[in-house]
Amino acid sequence: MDIRRKRQMRYSLVFGMLLLAFCIIVVLNINTGNVQISVPDILKILFLKKGVEVEYNIIWRIRLPRLLMAAILGGALSLSGFLLQTFFANPIAGPFILGISSGAKMVVALTMIYFMGHFSHVSSTALIVAAFIGSLISIGFILLMSRKVHHMATLLVAGTMIGYICSAITDFIVTFAEDTDIVNLHGWSLGSFSGMSWGNVKVAFLVVSITFVCTFLMAKPIGAFQMGEGYAQSMGINMKVFRVILILLSSVFSACVTAFAGPISFVGIAVPFLVKKTLGSANPLVVIPGTFLGGAVFCMACDLIARMAFAPTELNISTVTSIFGAPIVIFMMLGKKKGK
Amino acid sequence: MEKPYVHIDNLSVGYHGKALIHDICLDIHKGEIVTLIGPNGSGKSTILKTITRQLEKLGGNVAFAEKDLHKLPLKELAKKMAVVLTDRVHPELMTCYDVVATGRYPYTGHMGILSKEDERKVYESLEAVHAEALSERAFDAISDGQRQRILLARAICQEPELIVLDEPTSFLDIKYKLELLSILRNMAKKKGITVIMSLHEIDLAQKISDKIICVRGDIIRWYGEPESIFKEDIIRELYEMDNGFFDTTFGSIELPGIGGTPEVFVLSSCGNGISIYRKLQKERVPFATGILYTNDIDYQLARYLASEVVTERPFCEISDQSVERALQLMRSCKKIINAGVVIGDCNRKMQRLIEEAEKLDI
Repeated sequence: MDIRRKRQMRYSLVFGMLLLAFCIIVVLNINTGNVQISVPDILKILFLKKGVEVEYNIIWRIRLPRLLMAAILGGALSLSGFLLQTFFANPIAGPFILGISSGAKMVVALTMIYFMGHFSHVSSTALIVAAFIGSLISIGFILLMSRKVHHMATLLVAGTMIGYICSAITDFIVTFAEDTDIVNLHGWSLGSFSGMSWGNVKVAFLVVSITFVCTFLMAKPIGAFQMGEGYAQSMGINMKVFRVILILLSSVFSACVTAFAGPISFVGIAVPFLVKKTLGSANPLVVIPGTFLGGAVFCMACDLIARMAFAPTELNISTVTSIFGAPIVIFMMLGKKKGK
Repeated sequence: MEKPYVHIDNLSVGYHGKALIHDICLDIHKGEIVTLIGPNGSGKSTILKTITRQLEKLGGNVAFAEKDLHKLPLKELAKKMAVVLTDRVHPELMTCYDVVATGRYPYTGHMGILSKEDERKVYESLEAVHAEALSERAFDAISDGQRQRILLARAICQEPELIVLDEPTSFLDIKYKLELLSILRNMAKKKGITVIMSLHEIDLAQKISDKIICVRGDIIRWYGEPESIFKEDIIRELYEMDNGFFDTTFGSIELPGIGGTPEVFVLSSCGNGISIYRKLQKERVPFATGILYTNDIDYQLARYLASEVVTERPFCEISDQSVERALQLMRSCKKIINAGVVIGDCNRKMQRLIEEAEKLDI
């Protein structure tokens, strides 16, 4: 009985810290930028919707949507990673490593060029659908291979190779695309939260929140699946259906991210790992919301660094997430070796 | 006679539509422990996996309490059948309590939160396998034997009518093997839970099971009570043993004897010879022994290991013929060992052999 108490204490503490971090990062994000705006002015702009026009636009049109997008997509990306790790029963699995982000990127690039050429405009829904198809193509390849290759490491390498192939094709398309598209594509294909509109935010929010709810409702079978396929099935889970749902959910998450912000590396692996370790539990009931919140905080922080580290030059978001994420992954693997 | 709990009728099992074993017909009653034995790769696991529905059946029928297994919804089946698999599980950050609690899955609500009742059941199951002390330990930090017990507790926690175990005693040392099997035995008898499992250790299978299934080739070669299965020739054929013996009396496995002209003669009785026989066999020295009554415990081993055993019918006075043969053998041997002969009224003539041994002084 005592251990339950201890666990609940720990969960509350971790969630409290995450929420606190979330608030701090939100404030910092709104508060920092190339244009200095004083705190009273920001408060006025936010709550009274009054202020100098330029400053008002910076807050409402640039910083706020960008911030929200970083939070929504960061959470989505982390959960996508968590679902893939569950699916492959491997902590290193993630949308970037398995080439799923790159697959989405490829189809999105094609769609962008096509739409730009024909209608000179792309809707966010079209981009999400394109990214979703791209994700499924990559996952399809990996699943096909997983029938032949049962060794997890080989499968991860295969996924990475698929990623490279998709990236190469994307580069090829970009090279031969028209000038205006290239500008558009180039920034995006490296990953960035810049230039988000409220329309984008609304679509992303809708898609991600629905998918989040579905994922949360899957917490029970996901928990059972952590014991392995055989046991999960013996507890009454239909494995075929469960697998398909897991893949679809993680694809929607990573597709949404790739459609708006491009491929972002390491978040999907590093965040679930850190969240599980700090919670001291892999129970999906707490890990799912924890991972979402953690991913949001992580991506907002990385975006802040991307914006401010070498201001006014902005870094790609992946540059920052890699610097922080990759060492965590290395640390993770070392820890695993030690445990064995 | 009561109706069988599990009724298997002409079942075919295998992979990718190819039948590995066919025409499986078995009736298993409630509370029975039924053990599958057979050589490696004979398809024991395939049969078990088909019964647990991890594999699709290829033909025939399996019925549980007169309900068709393959038509039963998985959720309903989960309340009837629990499994202990050979898969090695590495659940992340789970305590033993958490692992056992996963057994409550079919009974909890949509979010899988444990009720007070569920929690009580988890503790009861931990108690049933004597693992209360492990409850807060991390599952990946305990020993193989403990892990197997926790997985059994998980199965018990599922409150099944039937538990299927695939080689539950592999990787376990003798202490844990015995512990696990006695827990199973208790459970089957006290709670009337039916147990179907596969075992490699035929000696243990003989001692724990109510029924034995022998899988050999593409059929169930033998099925029945251990007394009728554990016969020297059946076991020999089942495992294609061409060296060594299976002792049906004690269920022990013996290496083959050396054979050839005896170099040593062992005088023994009442089990005193056993350790000498084993020693000679390990040093690969052919030996003869006697005079043993055929109900002497020494005889049970000597008949497998010795080149020649001079015997006598139980409780009869030793015949002169046997004495003559023994003396003959003793004289031809290079060495005589007296392992300890107990002399009573019937075997008085053994004294004659001992005297001869002293005289020969070899």
